[in-house]
Amino acid sequence: MHVPDGFLDAPTSIATGAVAVAGVGLALRGARRELDDRTAPMAGLVATFVFAAQMINFPVGAGTSGHLLGGALAAVLVGPWSAVLCISVVLLVQALLMADGGITALGTNVTLMALVGVWVGWGVFVLARRLLPRRTSMVVPAAAIGALVSVPAAATVFALLFAVGGIAPVDPGKVLAAMVTWHVVIGIGEAIVTGLVVASVVATRPDLVRGALPALEKRELEIRSPAR
Amino acid sequence: MGAGHGHRLHFHGHSPVHRAPAHLKLVALLGFMLVVVATPSDWYAAYAVEALLLLGVVALSRVPVTYLAPRMVIEVPFAVFALLMPFLAHGPRTEVLGLTVSEPGLHAGLALLVKGTIGVLASLTLASTTEPQEVLRGLQRLRMPDLIVQIMGFMIRYLDVVTAELGRMMVAMRSRGCDPRSPRQWPTLARAMGALFIRSYERGERVHLAMLSRGYDGRLPAQDAA
Repeated sequence: MHVPDGFLDAPTSIATGAVAVAGVGLALRGARRELDDRTAPMAGLVATFVFAAQMINFPVGAGTSGHLLGGALAAVLVGPWSAVLCISVVLLVQALLMADGGITALGTNVTLMALVGVWVGWGVFVLARRLLPRRTSMVVPAAAIGALVSVPAAATVFALLFAVGGIAPVDPGKVLAAMVTWHVVIGIGEAIVTGLVVASVVATRPDLVRGALPALEKRELEIRSPAR
Repeated sequence: MGAGHGHRLHFHGHSPVHRAPAHLKLVALLGFMLVVVATPSDWYAAYAVEALLLLGVVALSRVPVTYLAPRMVIEVPFAVFALLMPFLAHGPRTEVLGLTVSEPGLHAGLALLVKGTIGVLASLTLASTTEPQEVLRGLQRLRMPDLIVQIMGFMIRYLDVVTAELGRMMVAMRSRGCDPRSPRQWPTLARAMGALFIRSYERGERVHLAMLSRGYDGRLPAQDAA
Protein backbone atom coordinates (compact mmCIF):
# COMPACT_ATOMS: atom_id res chain seq x y z
CA MET A 1 0.00 0.00 0.00
CA HIS A 2 1.32 3.38 -0.95
CA VAL A 3 1.31 6.60 1.04
CA PRO A 4 -1.39 8.89 -0.43
CA ASP A 5 -1.43 12.68 -0.76
CA GLY A 6 -1.93 14.58 2.46
CA PHE A 7 -0.56 11.97 4.83
CA LEU A 8 2.62 13.92 5.47
CA ASP A 9 2.86 17.71 5.40
CA ALA A 10 4.31 19.65 2.45
CA PRO A 11 7.87 20.30 3.83
CA THR A 12 8.34 16.61 4.68
CA SER A 13 7.00 15.57 1.27
CA ILE A 14 9.38 17.97 -0.49
CA ALA A 15 12.32 16.82 1.68
CA THR A 16 11.70 13.13 0.92
CA GLY A 17 11.27 14.12 -2.72
CA ALA A 18 14.79 15.61 -2.67
CA VAL A 19 16.15 12.44 -1.03
CA ALA A 20 14.40 10.34 -3.67
CA VAL A 21 15.84 12.45 -6.54
CA ALA A 22 19.36 12.11 -5.11
CA GLY A 23 18.97 8.37 -4.54
CA VAL A 24 17.58 7.69 -8.00
CA GLY A 25 20.28 9.93 -9.53
CA LEU A 26 22.98 7.82 -7.91
CA ALA A 27 21.18 4.64 -8.98
CA LEU A 28 21.18 5.88 -12.61
CA ARG A 29 24.99 5.89 -12.51
CA GLY A 30 25.26 2.66 -10.54
CA ALA A 31 22.89 0.72 -12.78
CA ARG A 32 25.11 1.37 -15.79
CA ARG A 33 27.83 -0.60 -14.00
CA GLU A 34 25.44 -3.48 -13.39
CA LEU A 35 23.72 -3.58 -16.76
CA ASP A 36 25.79 -1.25 -19.07
CA ASP A 37 23.90 -0.35 -22.26
CA ARG A 38 21.31 -3.01 -21.59
CA THR A 39 19.96 -0.86 -18.72
CA ALA A 40 16.84 0.50 -20.42
CA PRO A 41 15.31 -2.74 -21.75
CA MET A 42 16.50 -4.94 -18.87
CA ALA A 43 15.42 -2.61 -16.08
CA GLY A 44 12.15 -2.04 -17.94
CA LEU A 45 11.37 -5.74 -18.13
CA VAL A 46 12.44 -6.37 -14.53
CA ALA A 47 10.24 -3.45 -13.42
CA THR A 48 7.36 -5.06 -15.31
CA PHE A 49 8.09 -8.35 -13.54
CA VAL A 50 8.06 -6.62 -10.13
CA PHE A 51 4.77 -4.99 -11.05
CA ALA A 52 3.28 -8.33 -12.11
CA ALA A 53 4.56 -10.01 -8.92
CA GLN A 54 2.90 -7.28 -6.86
CA MET A 55 -0.43 -8.05 -8.54
CA ILE A 56 -0.72 -11.34 -6.67
CA ASN A 57 -2.58 -10.64 -3.46
CA PHE A 58 -2.38 -12.82 -0.39
CA PRO A 59 -5.17 -12.80 2.15
CA VAL A 60 -3.69 -11.42 5.39
CA GLY A 61 -6.80 -11.88 7.49
CA ALA A 62 -9.66 -9.62 8.55
CA GLY A 63 -10.68 -9.20 4.94
CA THR A 64 -7.51 -7.37 3.93
CA SER A 65 -4.83 -8.66 1.63
CA GLY A 66 -1.17 -7.87 1.22
CA HIS A 67 1.20 -8.23 -1.66
CA LEU A 68 4.90 -8.61 -2.23
CA LEU A 69 6.89 -5.35 -2.02
CA GLY A 70 9.76 -6.88 -3.94
CA GLY A 71 12.57 -4.51 -2.93
CA ALA A 72 14.84 -7.19 -1.48
CA LEU A 73 13.81 -9.67 -4.18
CA ALA A 74 14.74 -7.29 -6.99
CA ALA A 75 18.03 -6.37 -5.26
CA VAL A 76 19.11 -10.01 -4.94
CA LEU A 77 18.07 -10.82 -8.52
CA VAL A 78 19.45 -7.82 -10.46
CA GLY A 79 21.65 -5.93 -8.00
CA PRO A 80 20.78 -2.97 -5.74
CA TRP A 81 21.30 -0.09 -8.22
CA SER A 82 19.08 -1.59 -10.90
CA ALA A 83 16.58 -2.62 -8.23
CA VAL A 84 16.28 1.00 -7.03
CA LEU A 85 15.57 2.08 -10.62
CA CYS A 86 13.05 -0.72 -11.17
CA ILE A 87 11.07 -0.11 -7.97
CA SER A 88 11.15 3.68 -8.52
CA VAL A 89 9.79 3.32 -12.05
CA VAL A 90 7.08 0.93 -10.81
CA LEU A 91 6.06 3.55 -8.24
CA LEU A 92 6.17 6.31 -10.86
CA VAL A 93 3.93 4.34 -13.23
CA GLN A 94 1.55 3.47 -10.40
CA ALA A 95 1.33 7.10 -9.29
CA LEU A 96 0.89 8.62 -12.76
CA LEU A 97 -1.11 5.97 -14.59
CA MET A 98 -2.94 4.08 -11.86
CA ALA A 99 -3.61 6.76 -9.23
CA ASP A 100 -1.98 4.48 -6.65
CA GLY A 101 0.05 6.60 -4.24
CA GLY A 102 -0.19 10.38 -4.29
CA ILE A 103 1.98 12.47 -6.61
CA THR A 104 3.22 14.66 -3.74
CA ALA A 105 3.90 11.45 -1.77
CA LEU A 106 5.87 9.96 -4.67
CA GLY A 107 9.15 11.07 -3.09
CA THR A 108 8.12 9.48 0.20
CA ASN A 109 7.11 6.26 -1.51
CA VAL A 110 10.35 6.10 -3.52
CA THR A 111 12.39 6.82 -0.38
CA LEU A 112 10.60 4.16 1.66
CA MET A 113 10.20 1.35 -0.84
CA ALA A 114 12.92 1.90 -3.41
CA LEU A 115 15.74 3.36 -1.30
CA VAL A 116 15.16 1.96 2.22
CA GLY A 117 13.51 -1.27 1.03
CA VAL A 118 16.18 -2.12 -1.53
CA TRP A 119 19.29 -0.95 0.34
CA VAL A 120 18.36 -2.40 3.72
CA GLY A 121 17.35 -5.63 2.00
CA TRP A 122 20.62 -5.73 0.05
CA GLY A 123 22.77 -4.72 3.04
CA VAL A 124 21.32 -7.40 5.29
CA PHE A 125 21.55 -9.89 2.42
CA VAL A 126 25.27 -9.17 1.88
CA LEU A 127 25.91 -9.43 5.61
CA ALA A 128 24.06 -12.74 5.87
CA ARG A 129 25.83 -14.04 2.76
CA ARG A 130 29.17 -13.28 4.38
CA LEU A 131 28.24 -15.12 7.56
CA LEU A 132 26.77 -18.15 5.82
CA PRO A 133 28.91 -20.73 3.97
CA ARG A 134 29.78 -19.66 0.44
CA ARG A 135 27.45 -21.88 -1.54
CA THR A 136 24.78 -21.03 -4.09
CA SER A 137 22.13 -22.69 -1.92
CA MET A 138 22.96 -20.24 0.89
CA VAL A 139 21.78 -17.31 -1.26
CA VAL A 140 18.21 -18.37 -0.48
CA PRO A 141 18.23 -17.95 3.33
CA ALA A 142 20.31 -14.77 2.96
CA ALA A 143 17.69 -13.32 0.58
CA ALA A 144 14.89 -14.30 2.96
CA ILE A 145 16.63 -12.59 5.90
CA GLY A 146 17.17 -9.48 3.76
CA ALA A 147 13.47 -9.40 2.86
CA LEU A 148 12.46 -10.02 6.48
CA VAL A 149 14.41 -6.99 7.71
CA SER A 150 13.66 -4.66 4.79
CA VAL A 151 9.90 -4.46 5.37
CA PRO A 152 9.93 -3.41 9.07
CA ALA A 153 12.86 -1.07 8.24
CA ALA A 154 10.71 0.77 5.69
CA ALA A 155 7.87 0.85 8.23
CA THR A 156 10.20 2.32 10.85
CA VAL A 157 11.32 5.08 8.50
CA PHE A 158 7.68 5.81 7.71
CA ALA A 159 6.88 6.07 11.43
CA LEU A 160 9.83 8.47 11.87
CA LEU A 161 8.62 10.58 8.93
CA PHE A 162 5.14 10.55 10.43
CA ALA A 163 6.56 11.80 13.74
CA VAL A 164 8.28 14.67 11.89
CA GLY A 165 5.65 15.59 9.32
CA GLY A 166 2.46 13.72 10.14
CA ILE A 167 -0.65 15.87 10.14
CA ALA A 168 -2.26 14.17 13.13
CA PRO A 169 -1.32 14.51 16.79
CA VAL A 170 -0.98 10.76 17.32
CA ASP A 171 1.64 9.57 19.79
CA PRO A 172 4.73 8.76 17.61
CA GLY A 173 5.63 5.85 19.88
CA LYS A 174 2.23 4.26 19.25
CA VAL A 175 2.54 4.70 15.49
CA LEU A 176 6.03 3.18 15.55
CA ALA A 177 4.94 0.21 17.64
CA ALA A 178 1.85 -0.48 15.51
CA MET A 179 3.70 -0.06 12.22
CA VAL A 180 6.63 -2.25 13.21
CA THR A 181 4.60 -5.11 14.74
CA TRP A 182 2.28 -5.20 11.76
CA HIS A 183 5.15 -5.06 9.28
CA VAL A 184 7.15 -7.78 11.01
CA VAL A 185 4.20 -10.07 10.20
CA ILE A 186 4.16 -8.80 6.59
CA GLY A 187 7.95 -9.19 6.52
CA ILE A 188 7.69 -12.88 7.39
CA GLY A 189 5.39 -13.44 4.40
CA GLU A 190 7.72 -11.33 2.23
CA ALA A 191 10.71 -13.39 3.44
CA ILE A 192 9.04 -16.73 2.63
CA VAL A 193 7.95 -15.66 -0.86
CA THR A 194 11.31 -13.95 -1.61
CA GLY A 195 13.22 -17.03 -0.46
CA LEU A 196 11.06 -19.38 -2.52
CA VAL A 197 11.31 -17.25 -5.67
CA VAL A 198 15.09 -16.86 -5.34
CA ALA A 199 15.36 -20.62 -4.70
CA SER A 200 13.50 -21.41 -7.91
CA VAL A 201 15.67 -19.05 -9.98
CA VAL A 202 18.89 -20.29 -8.34
CA ALA A 203 17.86 -23.86 -9.15
CA THR A 204 17.36 -23.18 -12.86
CA ARG A 205 19.39 -20.10 -13.84
CA PRO A 206 21.86 -19.26 -11.04
CA ASP A 207 23.73 -17.02 -13.48
CA LEU A 208 20.77 -14.59 -13.48
CA VAL A 209 20.87 -14.11 -9.70
CA ARG A 210 23.23 -11.22 -9.04
CA GLY A 211 23.49 -12.02 -5.34
CA ALA A 212 24.79 -15.49 -6.22
CA LEU A 213 27.74 -14.23 -8.29
CA PRO A 214 30.45 -14.60 -5.55
CA ALA A 215 29.29 -18.15 -4.85
CA LEU A 216 29.24 -18.96 -8.57
CA GLU A 217 32.78 -17.65 -9.08
CA LYS A 218 33.99 -19.99 -6.36
CA ARG A 219 32.26 -22.97 -7.90
CA GLU A 220 34.72 -25.18 -9.74
CA LEU A 221 34.11 -27.32 -12.74
CA GLU A 222 33.44 -30.77 -11.48
CA ILE A 223 34.07 -33.78 -13.70
CA ARG A 224 32.51 -36.93 -12.43
CA SER A 225 33.42 -40.28 -13.86
CA PRO A 226 30.85 -43.05 -13.89
CA ALA A 227 31.24 -45.59 -11.16
CA ARG A 228 32.55 -48.96 -12.22
CA MET B 1 -0.82 -11.45 -26.76
CA GLY B 2 -3.70 -9.87 -28.60
CA ALA B 3 -4.48 -7.60 -25.68
CA GLY B 4 -4.87 -3.92 -26.48
CA HIS B 5 -2.07 -1.59 -25.59
CA GLY B 6 -4.36 1.12 -24.35
CA HIS B 7 -4.13 1.68 -20.67
CA ARG B 8 -6.74 0.32 -18.32
CA LEU B 9 -7.44 3.71 -16.77
CA HIS B 10 -7.45 5.73 -19.95
CA PHE B 11 -10.88 6.94 -21.02
CA HIS B 12 -10.99 7.90 -24.67
CA GLY B 13 -12.27 11.40 -25.27
CA HIS B 14 -11.72 14.70 -27.06
CA SER B 15 -12.31 17.25 -24.31
CA PRO B 16 -9.98 20.21 -23.73
CA VAL B 17 -8.53 18.27 -20.77
CA HIS B 18 -7.72 15.35 -23.07
CA ARG B 19 -6.10 17.66 -25.61
CA ALA B 20 -4.02 19.68 -23.13
CA PRO B 21 -0.26 18.97 -23.42
CA ALA B 22 0.77 16.24 -21.00
CA HIS B 23 3.65 18.18 -19.47
CA LEU B 24 1.30 21.01 -18.52
CA LYS B 25 -1.10 18.51 -16.97
CA LEU B 26 1.72 16.92 -14.96
CA VAL B 27 2.94 20.29 -13.67
CA ALA B 28 -0.62 21.36 -12.91
CA LEU B 29 -1.31 18.14 -10.99
CA LEU B 30 1.89 18.45 -8.95
CA GLY B 31 1.34 22.16 -8.23
CA PHE B 32 -2.32 21.68 -7.35
CA MET B 33 -1.60 18.76 -5.03
CA LEU B 34 1.23 20.63 -3.30
CA VAL B 35 -1.20 23.47 -2.56
CA VAL B 36 -3.80 20.97 -1.30
CA VAL B 37 -1.25 19.22 0.91
CA ALA B 38 0.03 22.55 2.26
CA THR B 39 -3.50 23.74 3.15
CA PRO B 40 -3.79 23.89 6.97
CA SER B 41 -6.01 21.17 8.46
CA ASP B 42 -8.93 23.38 9.49
CA TRP B 43 -9.32 25.66 6.46
CA TYR B 44 -12.53 24.05 5.31
CA ALA B 45 -13.37 26.89 2.92
CA ALA B 46 -10.06 26.33 1.09
CA TYR B 47 -10.89 22.64 0.74
CA ALA B 48 -14.24 23.53 -0.78
CA VAL B 49 -12.55 25.82 -3.34
CA GLU B 50 -9.98 23.13 -4.21
CA ALA B 51 -12.63 20.43 -4.50
CA LEU B 52 -14.82 22.66 -6.71
CA LEU B 53 -11.83 23.47 -8.93
CA LEU B 54 -11.05 19.78 -9.34
CA LEU B 55 -14.71 18.87 -9.98
CA GLY B 56 -14.77 21.62 -12.61
CA VAL B 57 -11.82 20.01 -14.40
CA VAL B 58 -13.48 16.57 -14.11
CA ALA B 59 -16.69 17.98 -15.59
CA LEU B 60 -14.71 19.65 -18.39
CA SER B 61 -12.97 16.35 -19.17
CA ARG B 62 -16.39 14.68 -19.65
CA VAL B 63 -15.13 11.48 -18.05
CA PRO B 64 -18.30 10.02 -16.48
CA VAL B 65 -18.48 9.90 -12.67
CA THR B 66 -19.61 6.27 -12.99
CA TYR B 67 -16.19 5.59 -14.56
CA LEU B 68 -14.17 7.40 -11.89
CA ALA B 69 -16.10 6.48 -8.73
CA PRO B 70 -15.44 2.70 -8.70
CA ARG B 71 -11.76 3.38 -9.32
CA MET B 72 -11.52 5.49 -6.20
CA VAL B 73 -11.76 2.43 -3.90
CA ILE B 74 -7.96 2.40 -4.05
CA GLU B 75 -7.93 4.83 -1.11
CA VAL B 76 -10.19 2.74 1.16
CA PRO B 77 -7.44 1.47 3.51
CA PHE B 78 -6.32 5.01 4.22
CA ALA B 79 -9.90 6.19 4.62
CA VAL B 80 -10.21 3.59 7.38
CA PHE B 81 -7.08 5.02 9.00
CA ALA B 82 -8.53 8.55 8.71
CA LEU B 83 -11.74 7.39 10.39
CA LEU B 84 -9.74 5.84 13.24
CA MET B 85 -7.73 9.03 13.74
CA PRO B 86 -10.23 10.76 16.10
CA PHE B 87 -10.06 7.73 18.41
CA LEU B 88 -6.27 7.32 18.32
CA ALA B 89 -5.11 10.92 18.67
CA HIS B 90 -4.63 12.69 21.97
CA GLY B 91 -5.54 16.26 22.93
CA PRO B 92 -8.76 17.82 24.21
CA ARG B 93 -11.85 15.62 23.93
CA THR B 94 -15.06 16.58 22.24
CA GLU B 95 -18.36 14.85 21.66
CA VAL B 96 -19.67 13.90 18.21
CA LEU B 97 -22.85 11.84 17.80
CA GLY B 98 -22.57 10.62 21.37
CA LEU B 99 -18.94 9.46 21.01
CA THR B 100 -16.05 11.04 22.90
CA VAL B 101 -13.26 11.69 20.41
CA SER B 102 -10.07 13.74 20.25
CA GLU B 103 -10.69 17.17 18.75
CA PRO B 104 -7.35 17.59 16.91
CA GLY B 105 -7.70 13.97 15.79
CA LEU B 106 -11.12 14.74 14.35
CA HIS B 107 -9.74 17.69 12.34
CA ALA B 108 -6.72 15.67 11.21
CA GLY B 109 -8.87 12.70 10.19
CA LEU B 110 -11.18 14.95 8.19
CA ALA B 111 -8.23 16.72 6.56
CA LEU B 112 -6.65 13.37 5.71
CA LEU B 113 -9.87 12.12 4.16
CA VAL B 114 -10.38 15.32 2.12
CA LYS B 115 -6.75 15.57 0.95
CA GLY B 116 -6.55 11.87 0.13
CA THR B 117 -9.80 11.95 -1.82
CA ILE B 118 -8.78 15.08 -3.78
CA GLY B 119 -5.41 13.43 -4.49
CA VAL B 120 -6.90 10.20 -5.79
CA LEU B 121 -9.48 12.02 -7.92
CA ALA B 122 -6.85 14.40 -9.35
CA SER B 123 -4.50 11.50 -10.20
CA LEU B 124 -7.40 9.56 -11.73
CA THR B 125 -8.27 12.59 -13.85
CA LEU B 126 -4.72 12.72 -15.20
CA ALA B 127 -4.62 8.97 -15.80
CA SER B 128 -8.00 8.81 -17.49
CA THR B 129 -7.39 11.75 -19.83
CA THR B 130 -3.77 11.09 -20.81
CA GLU B 131 -2.43 8.22 -22.88
CA PRO B 132 0.64 6.52 -21.33
CA GLN B 133 2.70 7.57 -24.37
CA GLU B 134 1.66 11.18 -23.78
CA VAL B 135 2.69 10.93 -20.12
CA LEU B 136 6.10 9.69 -21.27
CA ARG B 137 6.49 12.56 -23.71
CA GLY B 138 5.39 14.99 -21.01
CA LEU B 139 8.02 13.64 -18.61
CA GLN B 140 10.61 13.91 -21.36
CA ARG B 141 9.74 17.57 -21.92
CA LEU B 142 10.00 18.15 -18.18
CA ARG B 143 13.64 16.98 -18.40
CA MET B 144 13.12 13.69 -16.59
CA PRO B 145 16.41 11.76 -17.09
CA ASP B 146 16.26 9.98 -20.43
CA LEU B 147 17.07 6.59 -18.92
CA ILE B 148 14.08 6.79 -16.54
CA VAL B 149 11.78 7.70 -19.43
CA GLN B 150 13.13 4.77 -21.46
CA ILE B 151 12.73 2.30 -18.58
CA MET B 152 9.21 3.57 -18.02
CA GLY B 153 8.51 3.26 -21.75
CA PHE B 154 9.62 -0.37 -21.74
CA MET B 155 7.57 -1.05 -18.65
CA ILE B 156 4.42 0.41 -20.20
CA ARG B 157 5.05 -1.40 -23.46
CA TYR B 158 5.53 -4.82 -21.88
CA LEU B 159 3.05 -4.46 -19.01
CA ASP B 160 0.27 -6.22 -20.86
CA VAL B 161 2.61 -8.88 -22.25
CA VAL B 162 4.06 -9.82 -18.86
CA THR B 163 0.79 -9.59 -16.93
CA ALA B 164 -0.91 -11.70 -19.62
CA GLU B 165 1.90 -14.25 -19.25
CA LEU B 166 1.30 -14.29 -15.49
CA GLY B 167 -2.42 -14.65 -16.14
CA ARG B 168 -1.83 -17.71 -18.31
CA MET B 169 0.38 -19.23 -15.61
CA MET B 170 -2.39 -18.65 -13.06
CA VAL B 171 -4.97 -20.27 -15.34
CA ALA B 172 -2.63 -23.23 -15.79
CA MET B 173 -2.17 -23.52 -12.02
CA ARG B 174 -5.88 -23.26 -11.29
CA SER B 175 -6.78 -25.80 -13.95
CA ARG B 176 -4.49 -28.25 -12.16
CA GLY B 177 -6.30 -27.75 -8.89
CA CYS B 178 -3.91 -25.26 -7.31
CA ASP B 179 -5.26 -22.16 -5.58
CA PRO B 180 -2.53 -19.53 -5.89
CA ARG B 181 -3.97 -17.45 -3.02
CA SER B 182 -3.55 -20.14 -0.40
CA PRO B 183 -0.25 -19.97 1.57
CA ARG B 184 -0.03 -23.77 1.23
CA GLN B 185 0.55 -23.28 -2.49
CA TRP B 186 3.26 -20.64 -2.04
CA PRO B 187 6.07 -22.99 -3.18
CA THR B 188 4.23 -23.61 -6.46
CA LEU B 189 3.38 -19.93 -6.84
CA ALA B 190 6.99 -18.96 -6.13
CA ARG B 191 8.24 -21.33 -8.82
CA ALA B 192 5.80 -19.71 -11.24
CA MET B 193 7.13 -16.29 -10.26
CA GLY B 194 10.71 -17.51 -10.63
CA ALA B 195 9.82 -18.73 -14.11
CA LEU B 196 8.15 -15.39 -14.84
CA PHE B 197 11.34 -13.57 -13.78
CA ILE B 198 13.50 -15.75 -16.04
CA ARG B 199 11.08 -15.24 -18.95
CA SER B 200 10.98 -11.47 -18.37
CA TYR B 201 14.77 -11.24 -18.06
CA GLU B 202 15.33 -13.28 -21.21
CA ARG B 203 12.72 -11.22 -23.00
CA GLY B 204 14.70 -8.16 -22.00
CA GLU B 205 17.87 -9.69 -23.45
CA ARG B 206 16.09 -10.50 -26.73
CA VAL B 207 14.61 -7.00 -26.90
CA HIS B 208 18.05 -5.51 -26.31
CA LEU B 209 19.61 -7.60 -29.09
CA ALA B 210 16.74 -6.70 -31.43
CA MET B 211 17.30 -3.04 -30.63
CA LEU B 212 21.06 -3.31 -31.23
CA SER B 213 20.43 -4.92 -34.61
CA ARG B 214 18.27 -1.90 -35.49
CA GLY B 215 20.99 0.58 -34.55
CA TYR B 216 20.20 1.39 -30.90
CA ASP B 217 22.87 3.72 -29.50
CA GLY B 218 21.42 4.52 -26.10
CA ARG B 219 18.65 6.81 -27.30
CA LEU B 220 15.19 5.94 -28.50
CA PRO B 221 14.36 7.72 -31.76
CA ALA B 222 10.61 6.99 -31.84
CA GLN B 223 9.70 9.22 -28.92
CA ASP B 224 11.26 12.28 -30.50
CA ALA B 225 9.65 11.63 -33.85
CA ALA B 226 6.14 11.16 -32.56
